[in-house]
This record gives sequence, C-alpha cells and structure tokens, in this order.
Amino acid sequence: MAESLRADSVPRLAPACRLQWEEAQQAYVLLYPEGMVTLNASAHAVLTRCDGERTVDEILAGLWAAFPDADLTEDVYEFMEVAREEGWICSAD
Amino acid sequence: MRKDGSAVPTSEPERDAGVPPPLWLLAELTYACPLQCPYCSNPTDFDRYRNELDTAIWTRVLREARALGACQLGLSGGEPLTRSDLETLVGTSRELGYYSNLITSGAGMDARRVNALRDAGLDHIQVSFQASERELNDLVAGTEVFSHKLEMARAVKAAGFPMVLCFVIHRGNIDRIGDMVSLAAGLGADYVELANTQYHGWAQVNRGVLMPTREQVERSEAEAHRLQDRYRDSMKILYVVPDYFERRPKACCNGWGSIFMNVAPDGTALPCHGAASLPGPAFPNVRDHSMADIWRDSEAFNRYRGFDWMKAPCRGCPEREQDFGGCRCQAYMLTGDPAAADPVCDKSPHHRQVLEAVAATAPEGAPPRPVVFRNPRNARRLRQADPERTV
Repeated sequence: MAESLRADSVPRLAPACRLQWEEAQQAYVLLYPEGMVTLNASAHAVLTRCDGERTVDEILAGLWAAFPDADLTEDVYEFMEVAREEGWICSAD
Repeated sequence: MRKDGSAVPTSEPERDAGVPPPLWLLAELTYACPLQCPYCSNPTDFDRYRNELDTAIWTRVLREARALGACQLGLSGGEPLTRSDLETLVGTSRELGYYSNLITSGAGMDARRVNALRDAGLDHIQVSFQASERELNDLVAGTEVFSHKLEMARAVKAAGFPMVLCFVIHRGNIDRIGDMVSLAAGLGADYVELANTQYHGWAQVNRGVLMPTREQVERSEAEAHRLQDRYRDSMKILYVVPDYFERRPKACCNGWGSIFMNVAPDGTALPCHGAASLPGPAFPNVRDHSMADIWRDSEAFNRYRGFDWMKAPCRGCPEREQDFGGCRCQAYMLTGDPAAADPVCDKSPHHRQVLEAVAATAPEGAPPRPVVFRNPRNARRLRQADPERTV
C-alpha cells in the first residue's frame, strides 16, 4: 500500500510472503524471495491477524482481547508501518 | 526420541544444540547453461561436473536438509531449467515446506512452463538481465536472449509470481542503472537487484574487464539511492557494491558453516559456492554422507567455523563477530592463505593488493579489453593456460 495505514485499512500478507513455524529455529519466520525474518511473539501475533478481512481497528481489538495487560496501540501501528514499508503486508482493498 | 520414551523414530526435525541450522540450501542442479556470461561465479572447470545427481539423490538431499532446518531453497546452476525434473523437485520442495526460489536466465522456459512451475508450488522466479537493452545484453550473454527475457519477465508476472529481476553490474553497464530500473519498472517488477559482480570463478578470470573505476562506483551508488527513493512505493531496489571498494569485508555467508549450504551438480557439499577452489582436504559428497553428517561433523564444514581458526588481525578484532574475517576464498585468492584476513579489510597487511587492483583498473572510456566467455572450450583452454580471448 502506498499510503500509511489507517484505522479502516485492511492489510494482508503480501502474495510473495509466507508465514510459518520453523521447528529447527523454534520460531515463526516470515519467508519472502531469497530472504527471511524471524518473528518474535508480538510480530507474529500482528502478522497472523493480517488476513485480508480484518481492519487495523479489528486487529487491534483482537490483540487487546488476547493480551489484555499489554499497552499495544502505538507499538502495533509502528510495527505495521515497518511491515508495510518492507513489503511484508499490503492492502487487500 | 518422543517424550513418552518410545524408540520409534519420528519425522520431527533434528535439533543439535551445538551447530545452528543451515537456513539456506543452494541447489546447483547443473552447470550446463546456454549463456556464456563472463561474470559467472561458477568454477572455471564447470565442464568437468558431468556426473550430475539424479532426481532420487536430490530428493534425499532436500529432505535431509529440511530436517536440519533449511527453509530457503535456491534452485540454481548453470541454468536450472535445463533439468527436465525441475518441476518434480519443485513439487518435493513445496511438500517439504521450503520457500523455493528459481534463479534463472529465463532460457529454457516458456509461459506454459512458468505456469507449470507455479502449479508445482514454486514460490518465486528471479530472472537475470545482462543489460537494459538488446545489443549489450546479448553481447555479454554471448547469445541472443534479450527478447526472450522480456517475454519471460512478463510471463512470470502474469502467472502471479512476484517479479524479481537481477541485473549483474560491471564496468560495461554500471553507468546505465537508471535505464535498468526504468526497464524493470516498465515490466512491473516488484524487486530489482543491481548486483555488482564479485570476482570469483569466471569473474576472477575477467576481473580486468569487469571491474569499474572508483568514480563509477561512487556515481552509481548515488544514482541507486536516488532511484530507491523515487520508486520506494512500487519497487524494492537492492544495490550491491563490489567489496573491493570497501574497507571492511562482507560477512561471507554469515560465516563459514553458519547458515548456508551449497550442493554442486556432482554432489559436492560446500559452505559457499567458491569453496571448491580452496586447497586442503576434499569437500564431502552427498552421495557418500548424510546432510546431517556433512553439516555437523565433516572436517570441511568445521574448518573455519567459529573463531578458533582465526589469525591476527581477525583473532583479536572487536568486529570479528560482524564479518567473520570476510571471505575465505578471497583471502586464499589474494594472499595464498585461506585462513588469512580477507584483504578487503584495511586491517589486513595485504589490503594494498586490493587498492592496487582498483587503481589499476582501466580508466573510463578505455578501449574494450579481451573477454573470456564462459563455455566448455574456454574451460579446457584455461586448464592449458590458453583461453580464447574475444574482444
């Protein structure tokens, strides 16, 4: 997506990307052309909810429900911006 | 071993606390290739690798490497499309859970085959270009292939793959990266790699022809940054500078036997694709050993693993964990000692050699120098120290 994320944006994993659990690394990784990035628990929690159906607001609501003690909003927006700039997520619109 | 104590072997991946997993497997399926690019990093005796692994052995290699933790698979060569079992191997890699990358010139496929590879489960196709226009492209490739590449780039995109183009950069085209990026943008590329050739294999033989001047490198780097900015919302542009122009070496393969494993067409397992040129005991062959044995226990893969093998200045250097002393092949090539510091590093007592090589580069606009094209005849002639040099 060319512009920054809005609350009503609907992100999804870019078609070239795949998210999977890697047993040998004991971690979730994001795989893309000739590259990979290891995801910590929170990065995974966000990316796995970028399903092309939920809006950013709905993703946040889901994360609050799952992680009630965490203060998430700013971190999540920041991470999703990084993910967007890196080309890991794109708009489903 | 399962937690209930059963001795029944499972298909769970193996884990070894000591050696990290080889995340990347590069499968060089063949060294056969219809192109003759003078910058090719394949061995200069590629014509001797005729006893290629068959489908069954490659399948075992893929399975064993996956069990060790490999998840990125490069299908490469030579030209991997010359293998008629490519679709089968792609299918196997998909079943195993690899992210598969086909590294190709585009020669040997058509739109139908692109679709077949997609249906077999291939994740991405990287198409190489030698230049931004036909004449130079086909001169460098040594064969008429530019139009076909354009068609294949379009077919790759039409099939739903990300479109990844790779332009190999050298003094003959380094001033045209703007045109290359325009071509890529016109084709709708998602990623463009502008990869300055490193000087291994045939590129080492042709180093005098390929190496740009320092001014050319600086100008092209500035241009690459401008292009990256201009296209930031539509295309990812990667620009790689030849390390001869740096003062610190690249972290070659992230360290010997660290995250990368290469299997050559004849089954030789290597920690990097230049290692066959190194002196010392022979590298193990997958026909004789399991991938786990090779990765964890072979003398070859442990030879420069970790830090104990290092000599000064690497041994006591605070940056050793960043670049691992650089490239063993380059150290051997330039100093005669594979355990020496990579002379790209300005802490190396041999760094002067790199500076001299750069200084000795022909100035811009100098007349073209003879090129040794990558082909079996020249491979034989190089062994006789008599290659045919074509201007």
